[in-house]
Amino acid sequence: MAHLFAKTRLLESKIDEYLDHTSEVGLLFLEAIKDYLNGNHEEFESRRQHVTDLERHGDELRREVERQLYAETLIPESRGDVLGILEHTDGVINTAKMTLMRLSVERPEIPSNLTRGYVELADYGCRAAQELVMGIRAFFRGAPLVTDFVHKVGFWEKEADKIAERLRRDIFASDLDLSRKMHLGDFVMRIGTLSDEAEEVSDRLAISAIKRSI
Amino acid sequence: MILFYLTSAVFLGWSLGANHAANEFGTAVATRMVKFRTAATICAVFVVLGAVLSGAGTSATLGTLGAVNALGGSFMVALAAGLSVFWMTKVGLPVSVSQAVVGGIIGWNLFTGSQTDVSSLIAIVSTWIVCPVLAGGIAALLFAGTRRYLAGHEVHILERDVTVRAGFLVMGAFGAYALGANNVANVVGMFVPAVPAGSTRLFGLVPFSSAQGLFLVGGVAIALGVATYSRRVMMTVGKELFKLSPVTGLIVVAAQAAVLFLFASEPLRDWLVTHNLPPIPLVPVSSSQAVIGAVVGIALAKGGRNIRYGVLARITGAWAATPLIAGAVSFFGLFFLQNVFTLTVSRPIPYEITRPAFERVVSQGVPADKLEALAGARFRNAREFKAALRDTPGLAPADVRLTLAAAELRRYEIDPAKIVRLDLELLTPRQIEAIRSLAWTSYDHTWQLRDALVRESSQWAFLPETRRNYIHNRDLETRLRYLEAAFRVNGAEASPE
Repeated sequence: MAHLFAKTRLLESKIDEYLDHTSEVGLLFLEAIKDYLNGNHEEFESRRQHVTDLERHGDELRREVERQLYAETLIPESRGDVLGILEHTDGVINTAKMTLMRLSVERPEIPSNLTRGYVELADYGCRAAQELVMGIRAFFRGAPLVTDFVHKVGFWEKEADKIAERLRRDIFASDLDLSRKMHLGDFVMRIGTLSDEAEEVSDRLAISAIKRSI
Repeated sequence: MILFYLTSAVFLGWSLGANHAANEFGTAVATRMVKFRTAATICAVFVVLGAVLSGAGTSATLGTLGAVNALGGSFMVALAAGLSVFWMTKVGLPVSVSQAVVGGIIGWNLFTGSQTDVSSLIAIVSTWIVCPVLAGGIAALLFAGTRRYLAGHEVHILERDVTVRAGFLVMGAFGAYALGANNVANVVGMFVPAVPAGSTRLFGLVPFSSAQGLFLVGGVAIALGVATYSRRVMMTVGKELFKLSPVTGLIVVAAQAAVLFLFASEPLRDWLVTHNLPPIPLVPVSSSQAVIGAVVGIALAKGGRNIRYGVLARITGAWAATPLIAGAVSFFGLFFLQNVFTLTVSRPIPYEITRPAFERVVSQGVPADKLEALAGARFRNAREFKAALRDTPGLAPADVRLTLAAAELRRYEIDPAKIVRLDLELLTPRQIEAIRSLAWTSYDHTWQLRDALVRESSQWAFLPETRRNYIHNRDLETRLRYLEAAFRVNGAEASPE
């Protein structure tokens, strides 16, 4: 029996590692934003590099998992769903990476009265990503909690939307130049995209969980 | 000539494989858990193993077709059954091969004027209802249990996948083995008496009889059917009637196996009886009908939506059509074989109320005065004799039945040379002693031989029909039939004065 599951366990560990990366990217994203807003640029760059490395390794893991699922014709009835979930989860990681990269390149100057809002926005995105990862783990393990996690992802996405709207209103109501307003507003949108991406995956997850029931 | 006759058996085997493989691997292939090529390979290998290793029981080797008493008739019955099953396979519908064979035999009975065992007809019709209902019930219970188990236990999607896949392979292999073991006798069983006895050693090690060689041919024919033409029926079972998930697909296979084991397993029943437990009633079951019942059972347990009733109607229609088509093809085919190709399709079994038969039925309460007019007259077959009995006023249906049974002419000669060739392992020493003491005697009726055996040894007597005696009586009947087949003199039924 142990031999029967040996290969499967290896694949399971790869999926777990990929989800660990996703979770870690979410946490690093939040810490990197805080570092940036606090002016700790060295720390920020170090975390950004870490996220980039995790994204690259995550891509390799995901491709390996996808290849194995296809090559060994595993889980034929849920393969499409699983591949869709993994690929869209990659979107969450990519969003985090790209947002940090643009921060690093464009270096927007964020007024101190807005930093709290940016941190909250990044925090909700991070929470949504964490709940998403737990939901995906529950999906793979057949746990009945998938819908709870999906619900929580949706909750944090809505909270993030509220913060994003408030931030943009504050930005555009300020005396800043329009170009700067546009620049700051763009970053609000980019940071908010993290929770949007998480919600998109969680929507797929909800459907897949229904399909997974026997 | 035997080789020519064997072609229809090979065709029947091929049709059987093409149709019945779906019962073992249909859900696995349709849910894409097992590749068709893998399924066909495993199924083919285990069918051949089952056919060669377990198909050749000494007494039961004649199979259902053993009722047909000329090879020409067996050829046509097998061809008719094979054709009807082939047609159903072509349109992707799972049907029962043994029911097609019984249909073909009924066609032969009608053509030759032989009696048709009404119980076999009732068995077929009841199987259409009882078997799917039992399988559906078991499948629904298994489904509910599995769902509850999975709700309480976290099983990784990949581990579940591996487990279900392994389950499909193991159960499919067992099912294929049983398919070969249980059905090969229906395919080539009637040729066993026609091949020269003898055995050789395979690779100088394993003893291999000529009968096993014949079963190998049958097994290979079934395996070829599996490999070349079984995909369509598999898709009907696993996908078209109701879209199954892999887990429910495995439940279907398990429910089918459970029905066959619980309701058709004589060893299980024997075990229960010998341990003073109430036996599970043996009902006629068919794996094809069990599988469909199980699929519908699961579909209903899931709320009854998404069942394609049109497909279900086509399948149940095919169940009824298969024996009918086989019967009709057999009847008309026999006509051609006999009248166009002048082949012998049956050995006539005449009827005559001989003196001993007359005394027997009168002692059983049939009014002597009513029978006297018929006594001594020879009738060509059961149909003519039955008609004459019915035309005789004052005979009750029970009288007709008793007289039919007593007046059937079958010649038996207890040839000492044949006694030597009997399979001694099947009989007790006292039973063999009884046969030896009857050497050089002859009989014109089956019941005379049976009575003579009882006179020589009480071990040849049936016991009162109680639950405990069931196994004894069933085994005795098997031995008696074996003995009768061994000492019957074909073509010499018309000997009495």
